[in-house]
Amino acid sequence: MNMRGTHAGLRLTAHKQRSTRHPVRQANLPAQLVLALDQQAGVPAIALVQVGEQVARGQPIARPAAELSAWLHSPVSGRVMAIEPRPAAHGGDTMSIVIANDGQNRTHPDHAPIDYSSLTPAALCEHIARGGIVGLGGAMFPTAAKLRQAATAGGMHLLLNGAECEPWISCDDMLMRERAQDVVLGARILCHALGATRCTIAIEDDVPEAHRALQAALSLVGTAAPSLAVVSSIYPAGGERQLIHTVVGREVPSSGLPSDIGVVCQNVGTAAAVAKWVRDAEPLISRIVTVTGSGVREPSNVEACLGTAMAELIADCGGYADAAGTSQSVALIMGGSMMGLRLPNDRLPVVKGTNCVLVATPADLQPRGPEMPCIRCGNCADVCPASLLPQQLHWHARGNDQPALEALGLMDCIECGCCDYVCPSQIPLTQRFRSAKPALATALSARREAGEARARYESRGQRLARLEQEQRARLEEKRRQLLGRKI
Amino acid sequence: MRQVIYALIPAIVAHVVLFGPGLVVQIILAVGTALAAEALALRLRRMPVRPFLCDGSAIITALLIALCLPPLAPWWLVVSGTGFAVLLAKHLFGGLGANPFNPAMVGYAVLLVSFPAQLTQWLPPHLAGLQTVDLGLGDTLYTILSGRLPAQLTWDGMTSPTVLNALRTQTTLGHTLQEAMAQPMFGPLGGRGWDWINLATLAGGLWLLQRRIIRWHTPVAMLAGLCLPAAVLSALDPGTYPGAWFHLTAGATLLGAFFIATDPVSSATSPRGKLVYGAGIGLVTYLIRTWGNYPDGVAFAVLLMNLAVPLIDRYTVPRIYGRREGGQQAGGQQERGRQENPQP
Repeated sequence: MNMRGTHAGLRLTAHKQRSTRHPVRQANLPAQLVLALDQQAGVPAIALVQVGEQVARGQPIARPAAELSAWLHSPVSGRVMAIEPRPAAHGGDTMSIVIANDGQNRTHPDHAPIDYSSLTPAALCEHIARGGIVGLGGAMFPTAAKLRQAATAGGMHLLLNGAECEPWISCDDMLMRERAQDVVLGARILCHALGATRCTIAIEDDVPEAHRALQAALSLVGTAAPSLAVVSSIYPAGGERQLIHTVVGREVPSSGLPSDIGVVCQNVGTAAAVAKWVRDAEPLISRIVTVTGSGVREPSNVEACLGTAMAELIADCGGYADAAGTSQSVALIMGGSMMGLRLPNDRLPVVKGTNCVLVATPADLQPRGPEMPCIRCGNCADVCPASLLPQQLHWHARGNDQPALEALGLMDCIECGCCDYVCPSQIPLTQRFRSAKPALATALSARREAGEARARYESRGQRLARLEQEQRARLEEKRRQLLGRKI
Repeated sequence: MRQVIYALIPAIVAHVVLFGPGLVVQIILAVGTALAAEALALRLRRMPVRPFLCDGSAIITALLIALCLPPLAPWWLVVSGTGFAVLLAKHLFGGLGANPFNPAMVGYAVLLVSFPAQLTQWLPPHLAGLQTVDLGLGDTLYTILSGRLPAQLTWDGMTSPTVLNALRTQTTLGHTLQEAMAQPMFGPLGGRGWDWINLATLAGGLWLLQRRIIRWHTPVAMLAGLCLPAAVLSALDPGTYPGAWFHLTAGATLLGAFFIATDPVSSATSPRGKLVYGAGIGLVTYLIRTWGNYPDGVAFAVLLMNLAVPLIDRYTVPRIYGRREGGQQAGGQQERGRQENPQP
């Protein structure tokens, strides 16, 4: 099944082959791991261990603080050295558990494989939550929360996202090549947890090895196997909303969720992590990370423990490529070149959402000249996958015209970076939109709250009037009875 | 923008071959004025001079004005027109990217309104069968810089009306269209000489389309907006109204469609908006040509539609992913919220 998206986008030069020459390697186990408590969307987890406590590999070290939170497990055996704020990739210092690796690799005894088909969907969701599994595509949304939310509606179409559209990242490609059976098993487990009626695995048309591996794995499953959809590799084909539209043919409502149109989207890496947890009883303690870019000597994919410092991964891949072996002339990016996050230094730890560490030389990134005024050429609108008019948004963002920003769909921007890429005036549009969003979101929620308060006030007024009327009617009735008795 | 300049080269070459070196002098004057005015304005506005001077936008404005003027027009005409365009039409409104009107067309319209006589002083092209006066570079320079023709020559004896002018004069005198077009200045592709310039303009425009520097929407809509009414009226009354083909090749139609109306800054921004904007220019051009007081109307049509751009942009926002037509949220919650809570 081949499909083309109807939305715009960019055909970018892929650099995936640089990191796919070697099979996935196990990264060296670091001596010390730093595990942030907020490596999931939602609320930070609550630590379960004390400083000085011995922990085993796979032992839960933090529990979810709310529905939208996640379990965290120790990737190695060792001792808790500290629980303190440490710098994190997603900005600022966050409370983290620091574990010294004792190298003995003692495994926590409490986990056991389970037969998922014997569990009810709700019990299976709970089990998936205990595996600490979150969306591995980068957003780190707790998987169980997504499943629970969607399972209430029933009859879902599970869409596994293997369309890795960022030009440098290849971790999902390698995962599908080498562990296609995990992906397929994960798909079946997720289907069971969702009560899903259909399942599709979507990949891009430039990953033939992964395609063959998945086909082989699917042929072993027989009937009720997930189907395979091949989408053209046009960035951002793997954006959740874009992929759903390409594969399912329906658009996710603006400010709605995919489940509103009966679709649940999960990353293929998430599915494989679920399979590992259910089948092998190994919680989410490691993930495949692409270490690539011209600034690293041997770009490759490594299976890295959570909490490993990025510098260790780079050292694992031959170190920095420049003569001095330092990061002086490179930009460190977590994620891809289009949507990735600039890192201030290489001491930051790998988190559950770290799909790629891009060690980019200036030649790897699109050169940026000085910013010039917008000439409204419309190149940005041509490539916008959400069909926005970035040139108009830019204009109104400069004037902070919130009604116009709302009408033109600022909140529908998926921050894919296509508009920046084609802008002849070198305007950092995505960055502008990102910084304009919070103010608009605040204004919108304030308006919504005001609307709700007003509705509450009005319904209270009506209720009071009704009560008064009823009471008057009762009094009237009573008086009539009394009068009647007198007569 | 450099590519737009390259795309104008064929038309400039054809123009020079047919009308002599006057255009080169005009271009030098116009570009010099434009760059000087741009530098002055940037200096006054305390903006970096070099990057903005190198962006090519002032040069395009200068080229378009020079191409619209008669090649022998006096120097102060092109200098004042270009200066007005860059200083007033562009920088007073905020410079590159912020000008609501096409600067070149503002400059040209100011000249057209202020000095209509000088703008009709076109010589016939260098073609057999036409009354050609071959002025060398020296005579051309003398004419442009002094504002006077060399001795023994008079404007009245030399100038030749443009096809749109000729047609208008002849039909006013009671001749039918066919009689008017039997004059030697008319060829199978409209005005003789102009046919080559138009073909060269078209070639440059198509190259821009092919390089995706411009989009097809504006030129196609403008040509359709001009040709459709022309075809209908000409079919109804062939003796009075020239057909679509004539309008396509007359005056500044092709220059307007590919180089003037496509100016991104002053035109509508969405594909649908560009269609409306282009069609409006075509239609207004036809109206001015047919019933207005000016022989050609591209400049005024562009300026009028520039005025309408904010309105067009407002009503032609494309449907956003996940929203219904008209920009409403699919759930309609936010819209409802807005109606219930008019902002004080």
